Amino acid sequence: MTTPVLELHEVSFTYPGGVTALDGFSAGITRGRRTAVLGRNGSGKTTLFSLLNGLKRPQKGVIKLNGEPLRYDRQGLLKLRQAVGMVFQDPDSQLFSACIYEDISFGPLNLGLPEAEIRNRVDKALTQMKLTDVANRPTHALSFGQKKRACIAGVLAMQPHVLILDEPFAGLDPVMAKEFMVVLDQLHQDGTSLIIATHDLDLAYAWADDVIILQDGHLLTQGKASEQLVLPSVHNELGAAPLVAELGRVLALTGTDVYGNGYHPRTGTELVQALIHQSRQEIDP
Amino acid sequence: MASIHNAVLDLKRLDLLANGNSSIHRLDARAKVLVTLIFTICVVSNDRYELTALFPFFIFPVAMISLANLPPLFIMKKIALLCPFVVAVGIFNPVFDRVIILQLGSIGISGGWISFASIMARSTLTVGAAFILVASTGFTAVCQALEGLGMPKVFAVQLLFLYRYIFVLTEESGRASRARELRSCGKKGQGIHSFGSLVGHLLLRTWQRAERIHMAMLARGFTGAFHASRQSRFGIPEIRFVLAWSALFIFLRFQNASQLLGSLVTGLFP
Ligand SMILES: Nc1ncnc2c1ncn2[C@@H]1O[C@H](COP(=O)(O)OP(=O)(O)OP(=O)(O)O)[C@@H](O)[C@H]1O
Ligand SMILES: [Mg+2]
Repeated sequence: MTTPVLELHEVSFTYPGGVTALDGFSAGITRGRRTAVLGRNGSGKTTLFSLLNGLKRPQKGVIKLNGEPLRYDRQGLLKLRQAVGMVFQDPDSQLFSACIYEDISFGPLNLGLPEAEIRNRVDKALTQMKLTDVANRPTHALSFGQKKRACIAGVLAMQPHVLILDEPFAGLDPVMAKEFMVVLDQLHQDGTSLIIATHDLDLAYAWADDVIILQDGHLLTQGKASEQLVLPSVHNELGAAPLVAELGRVLALTGTDVYGNGYHPRTGTELVQALIHQSRQEIDP
Repeated sequence: MASIHNAVLDLKRLDLLANGNSSIHRLDARAKVLVTLIFTICVVSNDRYELTALFPFFIFPVAMISLANLPPLFIMKKIALLCPFVVAVGIFNPVFDRVIILQLGSIGISGGWISFASIMARSTLTVGAAFILVASTGFTAVCQALEGLGMPKVFAVQLLFLYRYIFVLTEESGRASRARELRSCGKKGQGIHSFGSLVGHLLLRTWQRAERIHMAMLARGFTGAFHASRQSRFGIPEIRFVLAWSALFIFLRFQNASQLLGSLVTGLFP
């Protein structure tokens, strides 16, 4: 078994005000996989992410990157932030430069890269996030979705091995969300480990390989998305179930087992295909 | 508050102008900062009753605006924005200083009015030069240049954060006052009470947001130093730029060029 790219052992974090956001939390992120972090509002997702990026330091427990405990000195943090990129929930708290181009080059500049390399990376990130047309626009004169994409581009330009995104799809229109999905798939194919926090269960079910589910700062469960997101305990905690999983369950109750042959439909389209496949088999076995 | 908001958005535009690509833009930031500093010293150190000697100094902002392709109207509007403050500072001069020192026909002009005009001219010159510096260099590069010229790094970074904080503060205040307006049902103000809590709330919010921005900066590898995207070195064009302008400023400071010109003309045509 390979070492997880990021792991947390018995990590606890309490905010200065006294709110304990994570309590004895342990979990692991497998290298090169797509992980969705789920949990209700205030369950500790954002806190977890700030810990993984070294923005916050746990009062108890250990966090490891590639099997080595995080170092919190200047050099260690710079290395960590190069390896683990993080896109925050609120785009307004991330863009601080006058124009997008300048903002995206902020990360690469901090990495001390040569000028030509920085230009390359910024241009690539701009193209990836479809921002080339607004590159020189002032940051305040952008729509929410454009700002959101600019934040993502700013982190992509640092080319991290692990990319953490807090609610990346919130506020993107369906077309943009799909296009961003393609970008994520590309990154996934290039070997980047992806971690996203989301409230969209259908998306998590369709997209993620693994899930981590939080409950009040504790780990409720962790494992393969296809196995975990069908558990009643998970549905209870999150207050909903993925639509495709629900349909599959109901169909199974009525005698149509779409999960036959080990096939596991994750989206509506796949479910329909499974149904068609099955009805064909019934007609001519 | 909306007008403050707009004014600051305009300030951002100043920063955007710095992305231009004129010969002035391409100069090393240190050269421009140095020249602006010498300019400011030469202008400010003039005698308080000095007025005519200040006029030739206007050649610097005019030349910079045209060489750097900056929009002159925009810069002038920015300077005009500060006029009320300057007037407030200088307006007591004519009140307290009534000694007539200049006779124009039958009208006597007091020293107070002269020094008032002198304050106006000096602030227009220096503020204008500062705006032009930012518009042709960018605030980050200016701070970096200051650091390069010997200002302690802590101060340079502080200055930059302060500048960014102004944006955060006005954006938040814009939002807060809009939210208040929308729910005040057309009533103009809701008294000092609601204003007090608005201000308190605003401070908390901007502080929080500044904190989050700082986090986002850290997440992108910020370690306390700003890097300008334009890399340049102090070469021959910079040396020429600094020497030529400072020579002119120092000459203008010690020789009243207007008077010189005047006496030349009267000397030629007695
Ligand atoms: N700066 C802070 N100071 C004090 N308590 C905080 C702070 N930020 C978060 N908390 C508390 O920590 C807990 C976890 O918050 P966190 O932001 O991690 O939740 P989340 O899962 O990201 O929620 P959401 O889905 O709403 O984004 C919450 O109870 C929250 O009130
Ligand atoms: Mg959150």
